[in-house]
Amino acid sequence: MKPNELPRLLRSGPQRALTQREFEELYPRTKTLSPLDELKASGLTGRGGAAFETFRKVDLIRQQHGHRKVMVVNCMEGEPASHKDKTLASLNPHLILDGARALATMIGAHRVIVCVERDSKRTINAFTAALGELNDSHITFELQTPPGRYVAGEESALIHWLNSFESLPQYRAKRPYIPHIGRHVAMVDNAETCANVSIISRFGAGWFRSLGTPQSPGSQLVSVTGAVERPVVLEVSLGTTLRDILSAAHADLDPQAILLGGYGGTFIKPEHLDVAYDHASLSAIGATLGPGIIVVIPKSACGLAETQRIVKWMANESARQCGPCAFGLPALSQDLHELTYSTRSSATTLLRLKERSGIINGRGACKHPDGVIRLIASALEVFSNDVAAHSKGRTCGNERRAEHYATVPRLENEKDLVWE
Amino acid sequence: MGVINRRGGSFVIHIDPILCDGYGHCHELAPEDITIDEWGYPVVVAQNIPLKNHQAYEAAKYAERGCPRQAIRVEKIAPTA
Repeated sequence: MKPNELPRLLRSGPQRALTQREFEELYPRTKTLSPLDELKASGLTGRGGAAFETFRKVDLIRQQHGHRKVMVVNCMEGEPASHKDKTLASLNPHLILDGARALATMIGAHRVIVCVERDSKRTINAFTAALGELNDSHITFELQTPPGRYVAGEESALIHWLNSFESLPQYRAKRPYIPHIGRHVAMVDNAETCANVSIISRFGAGWFRSLGTPQSPGSQLVSVTGAVERPVVLEVSLGTTLRDILSAAHADLDPQAILLGGYGGTFIKPEHLDVAYDHASLSAIGATLGPGIIVVIPKSACGLAETQRIVKWMANESARQCGPCAFGLPALSQDLHELTYSTRSSATTLLRLKERSGIINGRGACKHPDGVIRLIASALEVFSNDVAAHSKGRTCGNERRAEHYATVPRLENEKDLVWE
Repeated sequence: MGVINRRGGSFVIHIDPILCDGYGHCHELAPEDITIDEWGYPVVVAQNIPLKNHQAYEAAKYAERGCPRQAIRVEKIAPTA
């Protein structure tokens, strides 16, 4: 493989996943490298959303002396708008497993747990087939299938499921938080992060850095949905402009707004289309990369209605452990519903929405409510003209259209929603 | 208290939101440190309250002991440098 060639990760065999032999031919071990030093030099950040530097995490876990270590691969992907981990796993499962093995060797773990959401059969089949081809006498691999919920992929919820079969996020008083499975120290890494580690340990940091910007090196898998021909997963070099990504995805190039970073992310205005897609440039305009999700909202949609649908779904996905999240998110959803659909003046609702957002922020055990608050705040800013009109009772009419762009799953029984 | 107090340390109130069930005892016991929101769950008003404010610290300790779910923890912070 050439260093600055795409795709790096999304490679597959003809009509099926790569077998181990094909994988070893495509990704040869070029020279003898020290994987830990290469990982440090590569500056790889986690691809699960938080973008924490992977080397620092490895270093932190390595310092936990006197504990056995476990490596956990997080391939849960509870975001309905995200398909990258599932796509990667069903095309190239050996790349993920090889990266997990490299990480396990670095921290001295002898056990790797691959976690895949229960409902994604294709991913599970790909991993099962790939695990059958492995023969590793030092490290045991196992596949676990927790139930697929939005919060189930959160680090502490995943660890809690592995410990006691409940997908509930946990309160972490101490930072940095070191997850434990039983008495063993666990390191949780996203599947795409593992795939990148595999590449780094095979080709080295310099090779890895030949794509991307100096601050955000490498490539990123991006799921583009919304106003596109069909939802796609692309592999882009970090630092590509959003416009290039959208045109590669055959998306609407004159959108009303773009949702970056998934359901806990931010809307951005179309004038930011020429911003480069990397961490530094996006944080300058107040957005985040998140787990590589782009939802294109076209001009024909009502931004508030899209936000309301997302918030309603997110409120229902709350684990309902913490009061501010369990009661606050449904309240926010109802406020937004009133603001969007009411034909009377709802200026007080808007005020109440803002006030409630300020109160709820930062008061959950996990970041689930904070993400919703961020989404609402950016929606109120980006769709400010719509908000002004809607709050006076002059609805735009688009909110009653049947088609929706944020791919929110249908709630199974809308009347049975628990509003507590 | 001694040393930290004289040097002008502060304290922080941590609430475990999972344990908390909204009994509201903390608001009763420490109204100037903790208010409650519209659903009855506590909101910590100010972080890093100086220990010089003895009344606030005592009240926070009462709230810590009086919480039926033991969800509150009061942590002293030594002054930085």
